[in-house]
Amino acid sequence: MAARTLYDKLFEAHTVRQTEDGSALLYIDLQLLHEVTSPQAFEGLRIAGRKPWRLDANLATPDHNVPTTERSGGVDEIVDPVSRIQVKTLDENCDDYGILEFKMNDHRQGIVHVVGPEQGATLPGTTVVCGDSHTATHGAFGALAHGIGTSEVEHVLATQCLITRKMKNMLIKVEGELGLGVTAKDLVLHIIGVLGTAGGTGHAIEFGGSTMSQISMEGRMTICNMAIEAGARVGMVAVDQITLDYVEGRPFAPKGDMWQQAVDAWSDLHSDDGAHFDTVVEINAADVLPQVTWGTSPEMVVAVNQLVPNPNNESDPVKKDGINRALSYMGLSADQAITDIALDRIFIGSCTNSRIEDMREAAKVAKGRKVAANVKEAIVVPGSGLVKAQAEAEGLDKIFEEAGFQWREPGCSMCLAMNPDKLAPKEHCASTSNRNFEGRQGNGGRTHLVSPAMAAAAAVSGTFVDVRQLMEA
Amino acid sequence: MNKFIQHTGIVAPLDRANVDTDMIIPKQFLKSIKRSGFGVYLFDEIRYLDEGVADQDCTNRPLNKDFVLNQARYQQSSVLLARTNFGCGSSREHAPWALEDYGFRTVIAPSFADIFYNNCFKNGILPVVLNEEIVDQLFTECAAQEGYELCVDLEQQQVVTPSGERFDFEVEEFRKHCLLNGLDDIDLTLQNVDDISAFEAKHKQQSPWLFGAIKG
Ligand code: SF4
Repeated sequence: MAARTLYDKLFEAHTVRQTEDGSALLYIDLQLLHEVTSPQAFEGLRIAGRKPWRLDANLATPDHNVPTTERSGGVDEIVDPVSRIQVKTLDENCDDYGILEFKMNDHRQGIVHVVGPEQGATLPGTTVVCGDSHTATHGAFGALAHGIGTSEVEHVLATQCLITRKMKNMLIKVEGELGLGVTAKDLVLHIIGVLGTAGGTGHAIEFGGSTMSQISMEGRMTICNMAIEAGARVGMVAVDQITLDYVEGRPFAPKGDMWQQAVDAWSDLHSDDGAHFDTVVEINAADVLPQVTWGTSPEMVVAVNQLVPNPNNESDPVKKDGINRALSYMGLSADQAITDIALDRIFIGSCTNSRIEDMREAAKVAKGRKVAANVKEAIVVPGSGLVKAQAEAEGLDKIFEEAGFQWREPGCSMCLAMNPDKLAPKEHCASTSNRNFEGRQGNGGRTHLVSPAMAAAAAVSGTFVDVRQLMEA
Repeated sequence: MNKFIQHTGIVAPLDRANVDTDMIIPKQFLKSIKRSGFGVYLFDEIRYLDEGVADQDCTNRPLNKDFVLNQARYQQSSVLLARTNFGCGSSREHAPWALEDYGFRTVIAPSFADIFYNNCFKNGILPVVLNEEIVDQLFTECAAQEGYELCVDLEQQQVVTPSGERFDFEVEEFRKHCLLNGLDDIDLTLQNVDDISAFEAKHKQQSPWLFGAIKG
């Protein structure tokens, strides 16, 4: 057989049938559901009198709208009526159809992209979809995972299949070692800076090379999560021992003899030598420094020791105009040092960076320090109830609280500001999330994307600072 | 999905170009959990004088009397006559949901935005492209005659006026087939139920751990 990429293998292994017009019917192993993009899909099922094809291929949890402050009063006490209805509707739909849901106050509730892997629902070699563009996260397990629209959510519920077309293959090969204080988040921001926000359009990206094979599963998830920010709906990493060690023993992962059988089946989940990639991009890990976005698109990113770009250095008029608009929205001036940007709020959380390793990295920097006086609010929002419990068992919550951070309940929170956690106009936020679009974290808000360690460093310094200075101290 | 074979109905003329999906259904209504019930918010900004909010009861809202759908003669209309580039802007599927919920079965215009055009077929609405001159003529006839009706015949691919004049229109064979038979994507996929089941059986044999682990 001809050499195939990981993506080729996953696609072929799930193709139910190929049609004349080039589209394929792809079998879906797991659909994750949340409250925002599922209600119309369930309603569609109901109107058509259909039932979900397979209950055991679905897992639901509310995340976008849930409050992250004290919420023992339950769903009825969600203040925003529209948010409350969305969460309640998910509960009702899952109860009606018998779909497993981790409800708001279940200790396993959390952001869908944190919960799926944590529970072992996301497994190597599977196809995973969710009505959310950051579904690429699950590709870290050698799975084919991507976001879909509401009509497609309904289509998958009803048929267990998705009508899709094959994408092109792209390999991003990262070689060498990441330096001290440089994390998976910095690497992926750097990659987006190189590729541009449309660089991966139409492609399924595989992240490979010696660096990737050393990065933890949580770091791989952070990287795949942001593939969409480079325009690619799919990001993937080959399966290796690190993957297996992470998956083994999780609640929905295979056990006993079946585990061994699964491990054998997964041994082929990597690109073959000589497999053809339409595009290959090489990255040298040693070039990557802690990153900070300065603009309103994730590609507008520089290293912390650099300056905000000067539009006069840009010859392309369209790009120049883009820089000017971003500078004015962000309230920054050309050639300003990144370390001169003062912060009003700090957000550590989101499906990109809310797992236990993220909490540990941030806590290490926060430990024994205080949130700076100019920072109005610094919040830490764990990605799931289980991450929260683990962090508390390690005493991380105390470290954060002593430093002046708020320790919150799990959810999407300030990543997209559908719940009450929002920026006020003109406020600068050091955020570990994934999108710095205009208004994303609140109308007029100014988002700077960074790693958890860099966010904690910014919190205690009041401005951006090279986290390595705090680490060496 | 509703079948569309032939439809005759009162025509509402919406005489402006580039009607975007924000105008068809403004963003505050997207937080809704439903696919239905958008009809009362269709064209909300130009239809009512106050600002619409999600989930609100529209019975007593002040109406913009100048807006076509608020005029007595266009009540019960089910054919929307529009101008060029209808449905441009965001990809929200809420736009055809709102038109359908209001009662429109077909929209006639000189041109449509791509995504909207696609979304219509997914929701049982037939978008009909007729050239600018014909559309102009229909606008004139509609203005002149109260209760003006058009018959849109998908089988024949013709729009028929009250005086019996016929205008041909184009539609892709596959889409025509789906609408004539009321097939949506899901129905079409379900025509391959045997293939899916066969694949699933094989898949279960090869990867038994993917079945039965997640239970409600
Ligand atoms: S954390 Fe943010 S990006 Fe992730 S699923 Fe929630 S809203 Fe979307």
